[in-house]
Amino acid sequence: MSGTSKSPWIIHYDGSSCNGCDIEVLACLTPMYDVERFGVINTGNPKHADVFLITGAVNERNIGVVKQIYSQMLEPKVVVACGACACSGGIFHDCYNVIGGVDKAIPVDVYVPGCAVRPEALIDAVVAGLGALEEKRAALELASSYEAKELAKAAEQERLAEAASQPLLEEPAKTEEQTDIDINADEEPGE
Amino acid sequence: MSERTVIPFGPQHPVLPEPIHLDLVMEDERVVQAIPQLGFIHRGLERLVKTRDYMHFVYVTERICGICSFGHSYGYSQTIERLMGIEVPMRAEYLRVIWFELSRIHSHLLWMGLAADSFGYENLFYQCWRLRERVLDIFEKTTGGRVILSACNVGGVNYDIDNSELAGISQIIQKLKRDAKPLIKALVKDRSIKDRLVGSGYLSQEDAVKLSIVGPFARASGVEEDIRMFGVGGYGELAEFKPQTSTQGDNYARVAVRCNELLQSCDIICEMIDKIPDGPICEKPKGNPPEAQGIGRVEQPRGEVVYYVKGNGTRFLERFRIRTPTSQNVAGMVQLLQGCELSEVPLNILTIDPCISCTER
Ligand code: SF4
Repeated sequence: MSGTSKSPWIIHYDGSSCNGCDIEVLACLTPMYDVERFGVINTGNPKHADVFLITGAVNERNIGVVKQIYSQMLEPKVVVACGACACSGGIFHDCYNVIGGVDKAIPVDVYVPGCAVRPEALIDAVVAGLGALEEKRAALELASSYEAKELAKAAEQERLAEAASQPLLEEPAKTEEQTDIDINADEEPGE
Repeated sequence: MSERTVIPFGPQHPVLPEPIHLDLVMEDERVVQAIPQLGFIHRGLERLVKTRDYMHFVYVTERICGICSFGHSYGYSQTIERLMGIEVPMRAEYLRVIWFELSRIHSHLLWMGLAADSFGYENLFYQCWRLRERVLDIFEKTTGGRVILSACNVGGVNYDIDNSELAGISQIIQKLKRDAKPLIKALVKDRSIKDRLVGSGYLSQEDAVKLSIVGPFARASGVEEDIRMFGVGGYGELAEFKPQTSTQGDNYARVAVRCNELLQSCDIICEMIDKIPDGPICEKPKGNPPEAQGIGRVEQPRGEVVYYVKGNGTRFLERFRIRTPTSQNVAGMVQLLQGCELSEVPLNILTIDPCISCTER
């Protein structure tokens, strides 16, 4: 487990929820459920957050905001859709201004059922989200190490190709090395 | 004259539990104009009357707002009952008042917590929310839900509470009242809280009347108005009811009025529990709403809500419309923000206790 999974920071945005799920999200942070003892901290800054809790369905007006918050968060990140509305539109699924669940706007990792969602379910969801976060981190690290290897390989090949196409350039390089050695040789007796 | 800048505030902002966007036109540190933009939570649920019949629509009204969820189902049911001429059993009326006042306590404690957080008292925030959990426990025990109760229905209530359990609730509420006193004392007596609240965000009685401000916001400015005092439904059984008012009109007055209302609600619950009669809890409605219009009003924790329904003789209503307290109070909020300093903006927004979800539906 990495440090992030031990202290995930969450950001909460209220889509078009009825507040029922929001107050349950807040209730998780307060003494009765107190998720802070697990290191979960609520932040208002998308750049600081690892987990994005979103309540309520997306509509024409807030879909842009949801996408923007999501894009501001740094990788790896996990999205938790809290409540029936966020999962599918819930009781409001056929309202004229509701597009649907959060997954219509951004990819969702964990769906939490309930209307209103229960704090226990939410805590469980954040824990499940941490699993997803850990997987994403591993994938990201793998990708970055793979990428680094590929980059190194490419650079090596480029260098070789360059060296093969311009053999004449090797000589000045040698002289440079020689001057280096000369300098060193000069310095040595001085020390 | 210094240059003007526009600061966008929200919709995602740490002090706001709900999305509202304000364009604050600033002159140095002073707000000269605040332009609210709404619509982030608009779902269009009034139109759902076309697809949900009038009995099922109670469940939609509960989800207008999760904080005053019970109040909305209460108000809607009352309006339909008046339209269809249904006589609600007395025990149901008493139970409705008990649940309604419990949700007022939970709403006010929630708000007190958020307000405390906004002026930098995190511990007080946690204490208020901890106390609030007791009310939610009562909800859970009596209805099965913590937030959305599904307890009220057209014609009565869905669940009964036995008298022995009611006695237990009365004891819990009395204890809660005792435990709330130190928190209230901190909110209204603490010097540094007072320094932050007294004198800021002033709204005169005249302006409050002119802008049709409702609820604790209006009562803090000296407008003596509370729908409960007209004694509709179970409120008619109360020995006496006096709206809690203050004449100061500032942020401090709004905090104090809500604190007093919290204590008053505790008393109302205990009185109702003492007097509750036995009997049936629901009178099943027969037939469909007639071709007529109906109006109902209830006093939600945030103020007066007006319900309008229009039937057409079928199972589906023709039209449903609500006027929520915050849609009135936003006008007052804009007035409070004009001329205040940037650092006071969160507090001035919070003390009107906005509920954006009701407003935009
Ligand atoms: S799932 Fe239910 S409680 Fe949650 S936001 Fe939707 S309607 Fe409200």
